[in-house]
Amino acid sequence: MPATAIKSNIPLVALRSVEKSFPSGTLALKGLDLDVRAGEFLSLLGPSGCGKSTALRIIAGLSEPTQGAVEWAATTGRTQGHRIGFVFQEPTLMPWTNVFNNVRLPLRLAGEPANRSGDRVHAALERVGLRNFSRAYPRELSGGMRMRVSIARALVTEPQLLLMDEPFAALDEITRFKLNDDLLAMWQMLRTTVVFVTHSVFESVYLSSRIAVMAARPGRVVSELAIGAPYPRDANFRTSADYAALCRRTSEALARAMAAGGET
Amino acid sequence: MTRPPRQHRERALRVALPVIVFAFAVGIWAAIVNFEAIPPYVLPAPDVVLHTLITDWPILSQSLLVTLTTTVEGFFLAAIGGFGLAVLFNQSRLVEYSLYPYAVILQVTPVIAIAPLLLVYLQQPTAVLVCAWIVAFFPVLANTTLGLNSVDRNLVDLFSLYGASRMEVLWNLELPSALPYVLGGLRIAGGLSLVGAVAAEIAAGSAGAGSGLAFRIMEAEYRLNIPRMFAALFLLSVTGIVIFYLLAFINHLALRRWHESALEQER
Repeated sequence: MPATAIKSNIPLVALRSVEKSFPSGTLALKGLDLDVRAGEFLSLLGPSGCGKSTALRIIAGLSEPTQGAVEWAATTGRTQGHRIGFVFQEPTLMPWTNVFNNVRLPLRLAGEPANRSGDRVHAALERVGLRNFSRAYPRELSGGMRMRVSIARALVTEPQLLLMDEPFAALDEITRFKLNDDLLAMWQMLRTTVVFVTHSVFESVYLSSRIAVMAARPGRVVSELAIGAPYPRDANFRTSADYAALCRRTSEALARAMAAGGET
Repeated sequence: MTRPPRQHRERALRVALPVIVFAFAVGIWAAIVNFEAIPPYVLPAPDVVLHTLITDWPILSQSLLVTLTTTVEGFFLAAIGGFGLAVLFNQSRLVEYSLYPYAVILQVTPVIAIAPLLLVYLQQPTAVLVCAWIVAFFPVLANTTLGLNSVDRNLVDLFSLYGASRMEVLWNLELPSALPYVLGGLRIAGGLSLVGAVAAEIAAGSAGAGSGLAFRIMEAEYRLNIPRMFAALFLLSVTGIVIFYLLAFINHLALRRWHESALEQER
């Protein structure tokens, strides 16, 4: 897949004037325009209730827009199979089976026989640092390790697009920082595209190459910020003046978005 | 894995305390019968009951076998029927809407009231079996339905993201999710199928046929053979206890690696 090495300004997938209303009458999204460019690390940043997760689900095809369209680049698209990985806020593992079978699930559902997927599952577990835990059951793992399993499962199909819905929100700070670093390393190695939903300014600046700031009622993108700081980023970046300045700019953008959404 | 001594003590207590309570109760029972000189046809002493159990064993064991067979057959039919119906309901809303009210009607009508009618139309062994089934299938149906509907919504999304078919979702997601609920339903059904069998035997017994344990109790009552009533009752209790713990053990084996209910609490 990396052979296609598409230039970073071509959208892999684009949301065009997307509107989403729920049967309850809630208007979750209206006039949402968003390009996801191939190879980028895009964060959707916004207050809770601004429709970030809804937008992510629409990209994944788990939810259909009421109006507007989701356009995939001609070379990719759904016709070639999904190639989407999704990481939920909770690890969302199957508690009745072990780590190996949890990570193998996408391959199994794709009809791949067990004897052929073993290597790929082990490679995915190696990537998230859980090589020796394939026989453990989810409940025997810590919260951070479970999230790693969830990421390994999302990456086992080597997706073109990795969608992450506040995956580290429930973790402690130490674990979150470690997973941030590991996620960046994996993103650089796999050259995949990531859309990352978060409500943390600091997390979005640390991770992203671009941030789309969203406002609520109805949910839409109100500003976009390019985060030009070079990768790889590490603890030095996290404590740098550059990082602080970027965080301040992003915070201001978020404050404006919240004012636009009528929040105090 | 070695358990800390505290857990060992806890386990010992869980076995020892009920045994001590039982011994205490039997002791008081024996003492009252002896001191008050109560005749055995009113209240037999525990040793008389035990003696009756041994001397009447040829008759009682035959009856035990009859009741046990009905109960086990009723239980398996209830398990298959309840589980099968729940899966069917899960796959088709139309079938669920059409049949579910009737499942509820069968459940809420007291089986002891249905039994005489069934005995009119069916051979007695069949009627008893049907009663055991009627009482026992509903908890399996209700619990399995609850389990199939309690699937983690995010996992459902994940399966749909990877293009899983309806059958794949059922087999790989809904059934494993429902397993703790199904096993809970089976534990209830085990006890209830015994209740159903006994209720039907009593209904049949008054019609003058049958040879199960409940029939023996009725028969002994007519003959004022109170010790045998106690002995048969004792066997029924033991049967119920064995069924309960057997199912609890199966439950434990199936769930011990992953489900909260079967895990030992860490302190």
